[in-house]
Amino acid sequence: MTIMDTTARIIEKRDLTDVTKLFVVHAPLVSRNAAPGQFVILRVTETGERVPISITNFDHEQGTITIVVQEVGRTSALVCALQVGDEFLDFAGPLGLEVPLPSEGHTVLIGGGFGTGAVFPLARELRSRGVRVSSIVGARTRELLILDDLLATESDEVHVCTNDGSVGYKGFVTGRLEELIDEGAGFTHCFAVGPMPMMRAVAETTRRRGLPAMVSLDPLMVDGTGMCGGCRVSIGGKSKFACVDGPFFDAHQVDFDVADDRMTTYKEQEDLACELAGVGR
Amino acid sequence: MPIVYPHKTEMPCRDPEVRRRSWDEVAEGYTVERAIAEARRCLNCQDPVCEQGCPVNVPIRDFVRSVAIGDFAGAAQTIRRRNLLPAICGRVCPVEHQCEARCVLVPRQDPVGIGRLERFVADWVREHGNGGESAAPDLWRDQKVGVVGSGPAGLTVASDLAQLGYEVTIFEALHAYGGVLRYGIPQYRLPKEIVDEDVEHLKALGVEFVRDVIIGKTVTIDQLIDDFGYSAVFVGTGAGSPIFMEIPGENLKGVYSANEFLTRVNLMHAFAFPEYDTPVRKPKRAAVIGAGDTAMDAVRCSIRLGAEEGHIVYRRSEQEKGARAEDYERARAEGVIFDWLTLPKRFLGDENGWVCGLECIRTELGEPDESGRRRPVPVPGSEFTMEADLAVIALGTNPNPLVPQTTDRLDVDGHGCIVADPQTGATSREGVFAGGDIVTGAATVILAMGAGRKAASAIHEYLQQRAAEKGTP
Repeated sequence: MTIMDTTARIIEKRDLTDVTKLFVVHAPLVSRNAAPGQFVILRVTETGERVPISITNFDHEQGTITIVVQEVGRTSALVCALQVGDEFLDFAGPLGLEVPLPSEGHTVLIGGGFGTGAVFPLARELRSRGVRVSSIVGARTRELLILDDLLATESDEVHVCTNDGSVGYKGFVTGRLEELIDEGAGFTHCFAVGPMPMMRAVAETTRRRGLPAMVSLDPLMVDGTGMCGGCRVSIGGKSKFACVDGPFFDAHQVDFDVADDRMTTYKEQEDLACELAGVGR
Repeated sequence: MPIVYPHKTEMPCRDPEVRRRSWDEVAEGYTVERAIAEARRCLNCQDPVCEQGCPVNVPIRDFVRSVAIGDFAGAAQTIRRRNLLPAICGRVCPVEHQCEARCVLVPRQDPVGIGRLERFVADWVREHGNGGESAAPDLWRDQKVGVVGSGPAGLTVASDLAQLGYEVTIFEALHAYGGVLRYGIPQYRLPKEIVDEDVEHLKALGVEFVRDVIIGKTVTIDQLIDDFGYSAVFVGTGAGSPIFMEIPGENLKGVYSANEFLTRVNLMHAFAFPEYDTPVRKPKRAAVIGAGDTAMDAVRCSIRLGAEEGHIVYRRSEQEKGARAEDYERARAEGVIFDWLTLPKRFLGDENGWVCGLECIRTELGEPDESGRRRPVPVPGSEFTMEADLAVIALGTNPNPLVPQTTDRLDVDGHGCIVADPQTGATSREGVFAGGDIVTGAATVILAMGAGRKAASAIHEYLQQRAAEKGTP
């Protein structure tokens, strides 16, 4: 009979940038049913928040979950300070729906900033299905570019973009996307994870170019199990809960104005918490 | 403050002016003298009809008689034969619709204060010990039972089966136990130490508690049975999915479901931000839509968060409200303003995307609808706006869909409720039982406990039968 092991211990930590860390977490129970597109909710202190984090990789045999965390606030700073051997106080998941991936065609995956981590499990699954995968990875500058090497292991080609041109294509990921479409790449599907303005731009570009696209929304969340509705997003004019109906949604149906604005609900309190914790923003 | 019960022995409450800004418990409970005085009002009916009004059949007459003679430990033992969570039930049961509604003193007098006496006995035992302990099982069985959800239904099932000697594991999706007792009911109405103590009692009985496990995601029901060796599973996941109004402006900042608002305040301690990390909107003028227990909880929390005005906005009248009488009166005493016969049409936002008001229309009551309550009909031309910088929607919840979505051959009805035999909790899946709000839709703590009690005895019967078939004891 299988033993139910609910611990979540960090077995590997890597600095991807000064403020972005990758953790391999031994969390056998969470890993067991993990699928591409899902996320975990974690907590690090008894007085702490519940924070949703995308799953970057999972290994059912090893019982591991890989996550990428960028220091943007009080809780993410606490997570980034954890070391190998430390255990998360709470590590619940996998949550959300498995992303519906195609079984044929040519898929373009787009990762912006630390969102690149969240597209990796999609690449892995697509390749195992024999789907051609092109990846576009973007960052502001060379030093902030992450995981393009990891993504390359599961992509037929990887296109790097930086805003300042310090490496790869100079400009936004959507600029490179349009170039590739114009060159006749023949994309049939697109999945994008990254900052909200990037996902909005991907939605606009793919809509214009007639390319089906999904984006992963990361709204404010509390329980992550469909109980509170705080993570509601407007999809095609209907309210959906990102935690149980998402996190991936049809990019062309997302109301980005609502999603953007709701993210700012606690800006004042977040600023205060960062100030008290001495976290720069 | 209006006198609700002229004959019942009064239960002291903290001064409304003080308590409306405090999270400490509002009702102070009976003293020994008051409890005995109230218990002596009981006529000791030969046929105690009050007990028929109790979903778990607490031997009410006998425990009240023990209180009347000052035998509080005896009273506690009597209650605990049928109800393992008396400190909770004595605080949150809607007694006016249950046991007390049947009391023969009604209508000439107020009913005996059964709820208040139950609370007194439970608190006396919490303080003095003796009488509250459950008997350890006289034999251990090797069959494991998984209980999904640590709310009132799950706690009851776990307690009953643990006492019968089963290995019981409770799986909780959140990081703290108690379900709605933890995230829903506020501290000032049900101090969380009481929930903690009841969880500790169950642990002492041998019940294993596992948090952060979302059954249906982390582990499915099928995996519990096939891979982890559970012989039976009880699903008590509650009615946790909030209903929104689907009116314009619902996605403005500052518009919450009652579940989110109460979860932030109760589970996450947002009232203590920044000592706790989770924030919540601190309102000046709160509007809570709905008039049930949850709406009362939300509006009274908004006042405790500092609101100058807390409004209940309800499309029917005072008569149709769903809230418990005591909590309604306490909300009034705390200055809650009740806008009856008022239907919100849209939420109004300011230039920064924050809710700043509600556009409403007045209603009048027409013919009764399918719920038996008179249907609110909008009065043409009666539109008006009210200011609010916090809006909470407390119009009820749907069943949590996670388990039904991920369990094959588990039948649900048109509302998404799991179909279960009302006498046994048996579902369409052999070995899978269900009870509480996931079966009935949003109801009460005590009804969930009643369902848990029945399911526990049905699970016991099912497991004994299986053991007999296998030829193992």
